[in-house]
Amino acid sequence: MFSGIKFLIRRPNSLMTLTKTLIDVSYIYRFIIEFFKKAFSPPYEGREILNQCFSIGNKSLFLVTFTSFLAGIVFTKQSQPSLASFGAESWLPSLVSQAVVRSLGPLITGLICAGKLGSNMGAELGSMKVTEQIDAMEVSGTRPFSYLVVTRVVASTLMLPILVIYSDGVALFGSFLMVNSFSDSGFQLYINEVSTSIALIDIFSSLVKAALFGFAIGTISCYSGYNSSNGTIGVGKAANTAVVVSMTFIFIIDLIMLQFLNLIR
Amino acid sequence: MMETQSKVVEEAVSTGGKVVEIKHLKKSFNDRVVLKDVNLDLHDRENLAVLGRSGSGKSVLIKCMVGLLKADAGEIQVLGYNVTSLSAEKLNELRLQVGFSFQGSALYDSMTVRQNLEFPLKRNLGIYDCAQLEELVIKALKDVGLEHTIDQRPDELSGGMKKRIGIARTLILKPKIMLYDEPTSGLDPQTSEEINELILQVRERYNTASIIITHDVSCARQVSDRVIALIEGESKLEGTFEELRVTNDTNLKHFFNY
Repeated sequence: MFSGIKFLIRRPNSLMTLTKTLIDVSYIYRFIIEFFKKAFSPPYEGREILNQCFSIGNKSLFLVTFTSFLAGIVFTKQSQPSLASFGAESWLPSLVSQAVVRSLGPLITGLICAGKLGSNMGAELGSMKVTEQIDAMEVSGTRPFSYLVVTRVVASTLMLPILVIYSDGVALFGSFLMVNSFSDSGFQLYINEVSTSIALIDIFSSLVKAALFGFAIGTISCYSGYNSSNGTIGVGKAANTAVVVSMTFIFIIDLIMLQFLNLIR
Repeated sequence: MMETQSKVVEEAVSTGGKVVEIKHLKKSFNDRVVLKDVNLDLHDRENLAVLGRSGSGKSVLIKCMVGLLKADAGEIQVLGYNVTSLSAEKLNELRLQVGFSFQGSALYDSMTVRQNLEFPLKRNLGIYDCAQLEELVIKALKDVGLEHTIDQRPDELSGGMKKRIGIARTLILKPKIMLYDEPTSGLDPQTSEEINELILQVRERYNTASIIITHDVSCARQVSDRVIALIEGESKLEGTFEELRVTNDTNLKHFFNY
């Protein structure tokens, strides 16, 4: 530990970066506390939350559909030869469905939304901040934190699980098309295979994971946008930070959830 | 709400007609001291211009007055509220009575002019009735002479129009005090003249007291009853425009001669 401290003291830049990171973490912590305070105290922003939910669904639907469909096809096509070499080709629907529901679906949706929504929220709030629009809301007593931040974070937390269910469905459909092309098995048989191989805990944990992804994307993106500065450079930085940090957190949450689920399974 | 408002007015009257009183205000950002010692009073229905060079802390001063920035030291009394020690709820109550016109207008660019003006009405006063909203929005737009822009978006408007719409958005809540941050900056002389005229009209129609932050000498001359010069973070000179114009202070002389 002491050698670590000596290392930092000898390198002032590393020490400054560490200090800055710790300060950022403390600010994000305060930001999250503020979110919970405002989210659970009236007046509630139901109408704006619905608007944001619609906007999030609308913005990500095409990309989620496209990437999930391709992921289903690619994963099935790649797994088929390995299973065929063991004579276990009939396990393909089980393997694909477990991979899609447990990991692939939430991860693809999370990453797509981190890119699409993260940059959008970061840049939108960032430009509102640097053009004093947030200050204008503040001085007219219109509670900008509730209107801009709470609504976006709640909407992304609610919408990610819905998008994950949709993404799972699309990926499994893509996988079915591939399986069908290999073996001529029917849709009913495929669905039976899929439904017997997925446990309720798989679906539940996948939805919890998706909600956590949504919360992380919303919080990180809103934080970076809401606290941006330095004009247009700051807006670009806010959008960039929103995407990069959200994506990193998606993998961290995925890993933590995996460890947790392995313990309870 | 009404009860709170009348209490505030009583408090304002009890301070001798002063709606704003600032004493020994200090504000710095890291090592940079922006406001060293600012003292000023604003009386009911008075137009006070705060004149100073760019970077002299004029905007910081009015941002401290509405709690957008926290003062390091000193006292700020606005309509009887002590801004430096207000709770979030009380600060919101005060902000409803103070209109703030931003230097860059700060119109919400994702909304039309109509939505910009409806926004504070819906969120602060809970007005959702379409007919009532329409009536209030049209009236505010008529007062700034821009009712024809109601369905336009901010990016379709000129700089002067944006400033007027920004003023209309603050007037719609019928504030008791107006704070104008560089109302004529970036505008041509004719549009600046129109904005100055509007500032005077606002006082007549809405009975407001105003603080006009500016480095535009002609704006200060046209709209102010009294002028305070902010020099190197201190409120050094005070008087009518003519009194300050003939002063021997070197800083201010340069300013007027420019």
